[in-house]
Amino acid sequence: MSDGTGKPKTTTSRRRFLGAGLALGGAAIAGKAHAGEGDAAILEKKDWNQYLGDGVDARPYGHPSEFEKSVVRRNVAWLTADPVSSVNFTPLHDLDGIITPNGLCFERHHAGIAEVDPAQHRLMINGLVDKQLVFTMADIMRFPRENRVYFLECAANSGMEWRGAQLNGCQFTHGMIHNVMYTGVPLKLLLEEAGVKTNAKWIMPEGADASAMTRSVPLQKAMEDCLVAFKMNGEALRPEQGYPLRLVVPGWEGNMWVKWLRRLEVGDEPWHHREETSKYTDLLENGKARRFTWEMDAKSVITNPSPQAPLLHKKGQTVITGIAWSGRGTIDRVDVSLDGGRNWMQARLDGPSLDKSMHRFYVDFDWDGSPLLLQSRAMDSTGYVQPTKNQLRAERGTNSIYHNNGIQTWHVKANGEVENVEVS
Amino acid sequence: MSKYLKPALVGLFALAVATPALAGKFDLGREATEAEVSAWDIDVRPDGKGLPEGKGTVAQGEEIYAEKCASCHGDFGEGIDRWPVLAGGQDSLKSERPVKTIGSYWPYLSTVFDYVNRAMPFGEAQSLQPDEVYAITAYLLNLNDVVDDDFELSNNNFVETRLPNEANFIADQRPDTPLVAKGAEPCMKDCKPGPVEITGRARVLDVTPDEDNKQTGSLD
Repeated sequence: MSDGTGKPKTTTSRRRFLGAGLALGGAAIAGKAHAGEGDAAILEKKDWNQYLGDGVDARPYGHPSEFEKSVVRRNVAWLTADPVSSVNFTPLHDLDGIITPNGLCFERHHAGIAEVDPAQHRLMINGLVDKQLVFTMADIMRFPRENRVYFLECAANSGMEWRGAQLNGCQFTHGMIHNVMYTGVPLKLLLEEAGVKTNAKWIMPEGADASAMTRSVPLQKAMEDCLVAFKMNGEALRPEQGYPLRLVVPGWEGNMWVKWLRRLEVGDEPWHHREETSKYTDLLENGKARRFTWEMDAKSVITNPSPQAPLLHKKGQTVITGIAWSGRGTIDRVDVSLDGGRNWMQARLDGPSLDKSMHRFYVDFDWDGSPLLLQSRAMDSTGYVQPTKNQLRAERGTNSIYHNNGIQTWHVKANGEVENVEVS
Repeated sequence: MSKYLKPALVGLFALAVATPALAGKFDLGREATEAEVSAWDIDVRPDGKGLPEGKGTVAQGEEIYAEKCASCHGDFGEGIDRWPVLAGGQDSLKSERPVKTIGSYWPYLSTVFDYVNRAMPFGEAQSLQPDEVYAITAYLLNLNDVVDDDFELSNNNFVETRLPNEANFIADQRPDTPLVAKGAEPCMKDCKPGPVEITGRARVLDVTPDEDNKQTGSLD
């Protein structure tokens, strides 16, 4: 109908007109003869049952159904001074499985989204190397490459919850995370191409954006498993994720995964730059602050139900689902409690269990309709058990901002509404 | 990648192009010129490595700061709206509302120089001359009562100028909560003495933060 005619607008409006007439007619028929005899979704013909849809030339880059338009990243305006140096959050409650779609990966940048022309982009390696090198994107593409699925979590994820429950929605309490398959060149190969000097101990990745983001990364980590990535989930990195090149630092806090990567300096001492001194250090109750807190501890959260995804079906068969991850390995098990952490049952892990990647868990149970205090507790391959928020507060106080991996509690009310609570 | 894989790949590559390759080298990229390295290599470390030659006084810094910094950070580094507070906050780190500034929290002066030089003014990064960065840094030291009004900062006295909170940074101590043995089960039944009570509830979304929250609520 709309394909090949060269008049898509005309056919669309004709279809709408016909559809409107049908809806009126259908309602009339249902009211007269079929009331109470069945589901209008079955008894009434829909537009899509009868009329032709768009052709293959209508959507050269596909997008989600119009009925999914509420599935978007969201920000909380008052968290930061300006949206250009700010964050938005992945809608975890609308997703399933372990892979985050590229357009929904949370964004955090410090000087807006740099729109980098790949033809004008260079990667430089300088400092303690035998030969200081410059690579074009075409050069990078000629190195052997690898595919790896890793989570990226901001160290400040759940950082607003240190002093108590604050935000109603797992998008906001836990949404500074995404899980993506990267294609990239092992950083080790690039560094070896330049020849690392024997006194080198650190590298400093730097971004090409207007914040010129820098962090100090131990050389050992750089040689172990870091990637210089150019694809995410098979396609080019999105501009907001560092197009055309970003550093991947598996299991470590997101700020180190420098986007728009343009330089790697090799040195013998850390640089102690702004994002590893003023920020991304963990202030304790005694006034001391931990620095170089790179690893992301094991953590989990129930994504459904949650405040943005209430239990609308009332009592009966119910699916509880959520995600778990650890910066130190894989997730061995996830337990779920319905009574605020007094009694636990083991959840069912489903889907790939990959190193330093998101894992998906489910509990299928018959809800009796009474209020619930839902919690999930992750254990990783090192024996680390996700602590309660109060355990963390007892160790660190409430001023740490970063690395809050405490157990989350959702209060499911009898009417199915869900709220973010703290429990005894 | 396995450390054994690379020589194999080099071997394949060498075969494919039929040219001898140095061990561990793909012969990709080209040598950077001195001018290219110095154009990008602007980073500064606490030991002074990377500092350019230059100098600036507190008085000069005050003028530049008023023109280029005060609209966000306030005339005295107090921070406008939710922009970062740069001065004050001494003795607040153990309080319920710590104020983390250059004077109260930052360990090294080089961080100030490096950050102003690479990322400020916001929206006009890397537009300042070295003498201007020295002057702004001197003024920020003065706002934090680290130096007197007649102080001049330069590449010669930079490293000896220290910030008060340097000694209060410690190594990562995690994991700082209990682990279980491999394969062992954590508590599964009656893990709390009685029925669990709700002790706190989330505030509604989009609540406007009060003044007390302003200085510490920022998550970045």
